[in-house]
Amino acid sequence: MGMRGPLPGPIADDPGLALATDEIVMVGPAPSIRSMARARRRAIRRRVWQEFRRSRSGMVGMVALILFGAVAILAPVLFPEDTLAVTKATGGLMSPPSPGYPLGTDESGRSILALIVWGARASLVVGLTATMMSMVIGTVVGVMAGHFTGWAGVVLNRFLDWFLVIPFIPLAIVLATVLGASLLNIIIVIGVTSWPGTARLVRAQTLSVSARPYLERARALGGGDLHQMTRHVLPNVMPIVLANTTLMVALAILSETTLSFLGLGDPLRPSWGAILDGAFTNGAMTVGAWWYVLPPGLCVVAVVLAFTLIGRALEAIVDPRQQEVR
Amino acid sequence: MGPGTRYALRSIASGLGTLLFVVVFNFFLFRLLPGDPIGLYTRGRNVPPEQIAALRAELYKPIAEQFLTYLANPLATTINSARYNRPVWELICERIGATLLLVGTATVLAAVIGTWIGIRAAWKRGQRFDKVSTAVTLTLYAMPEFWLGMLLLITFGVGIGVLPGMFPIGGIRTPGVDASSLAGWLDIVWHMVLPVTTLMFTYLAEYALVMRASLIDEMGQDYLTVARAKGLLDRTVRRRHAVPNAILPTITLIFLNLGFVVSGAITVETVFSWPGLGLLSYEALRGPDIALLQAIFLLFSFGVIVANIIADLLYAVLDPRVRS
Repeated sequence: MGMRGPLPGPIADDPGLALATDEIVMVGPAPSIRSMARARRRAIRRRVWQEFRRSRSGMVGMVALILFGAVAILAPVLFPEDTLAVTKATGGLMSPPSPGYPLGTDESGRSILALIVWGARASLVVGLTATMMSMVIGTVVGVMAGHFTGWAGVVLNRFLDWFLVIPFIPLAIVLATVLGASLLNIIIVIGVTSWPGTARLVRAQTLSVSARPYLERARALGGGDLHQMTRHVLPNVMPIVLANTTLMVALAILSETTLSFLGLGDPLRPSWGAILDGAFTNGAMTVGAWWYVLPPGLCVVAVVLAFTLIGRALEAIVDPRQQEVR
Repeated sequence: MGPGTRYALRSIASGLGTLLFVVVFNFFLFRLLPGDPIGLYTRGRNVPPEQIAALRAELYKPIAEQFLTYLANPLATTINSARYNRPVWELICERIGATLLLVGTATVLAAVIGTWIGIRAAWKRGQRFDKVSTAVTLTLYAMPEFWLGMLLLITFGVGIGVLPGMFPIGGIRTPGVDASSLAGWLDIVWHMVLPVTTLMFTYLAEYALVMRASLIDEMGQDYLTVARAKGLLDRTVRRRHAVPNAILPTITLIFLNLGFVVSGAITVETVFSWPGLGLLSYEALRGPDIALLQAIFLLFSFGVIVANIIADLLYAVLDPRVRS
């Protein structure tokens, strides 16, 4: 669960990716099970993409994201790394936008635009890796909590319920304070504190899958717990996890911004939140330096909104019941 | 014992279990983590060697003994804050009122306005109001709350261009104004305008989105078709039939959201130097003042757990289906 709750919307039973058999193209005389599975996955991917293309807001989010991604990758080309060095800054101190500095300068004369371009790197890297970590933990805990019955299941479920109520940002603040400020630590902090929301979603999905006849069949044929979970439950849960992941990236980026604003980010790699922290602690607000405050926040809003729009579009495809609602 | 009582007892028991877990978790969180505990407790301050020795003696006691000492007094009524050199618990009691005032006002306003937006958007689904309000709420949802606060502070507090600063830029009252007089109360309200507006806008988004989704879900139900077929006014169908059923998730959300509300309070109180628990957390983490941070974290967790129990019970009162 994030700083705010995951976006609302009931999750239906069926992942909605059941495929009509006539879409599977058979190649060669006797296709193996593996090649059939591959063909099916290709077809699913194609169908998801076709449906996604029809969602206008999803495509807007995608284009915005590609733009920000390109800026983040090209940061060293756009602004050499030493433009970030306080000692080599050449601009005036906290001066308004001018031809050489389209977004003005900060308290030590660095270009705000350069800071923002480099900030895109830190924000996106933290958002993506922390989400990956939280998704793995959340999926493993969720599948096991939903799959195991008996005392192991009870213990796991209690454990999950406990973590679901611990307020996430205060916990992240405590962890980040204790561990110290670095890029890796902030990734770890967000990753290990934001998984319970994903786990709850996965647990609900696993429970509904476990009741289906094909799992009973797998059990009857002697499939072990590991086999059932990885071969039967996981593939069914994955589509919803992936749609949820996109929404989680948005929350992770917001969390990173909050933690960095509180001064818990890596001082050497400024993210958008850290720029806002700089603006706040150096009194940009009292001198009315809007160019120091406005742009980094706009970038956060744009990227978070982009991930949210993509996530909602994917959710609508994965869970068709949602299409009515949205 | 009826099913209702049993349900209530079960929610309370599970809440108590969670409380216990948090107390234990809070203890080990600060002791099992890697790093130098003495350095952590004394970072950034000049600490006399005898105090360090006392701290070392305390921290190197057997973990079981430490745990028992902690369990006897988890709220830290006697432990001193490193920053203020006063009992942690006293500091918290001093600050809690300001936070409740700020967060309570913002939550009530956000719930009322957000729900109204959600109802209207759902009822006019696909029309202009729906499209605009969904776009606005999603944007608000994507906004770091402290950033919105900073923008409001620059625009309406400091003033920008021809616009003069209209509202105070921080604090809870103007020095010199008598706090018990009417002027004193109005002064507090005056100071509340900007931080409450900031928090309200960020909380509002979720209420609007949840209410909209819930009402649209409800609108497909047969009993609404029946109500319409009876010839009831559209407005009556909405107000008397659809909304009372759809509003359940929103009401419980008020309590379930407390965890997120808290995190908003930390940054927004910092921006507006509002002397509440949020600002206290900021001061504690910038220190860092571990004893203070630990107590605040425990208090926030307590608050969230209690709110969860209330949400559970409220849901059962409002929706008889849950009880059975």
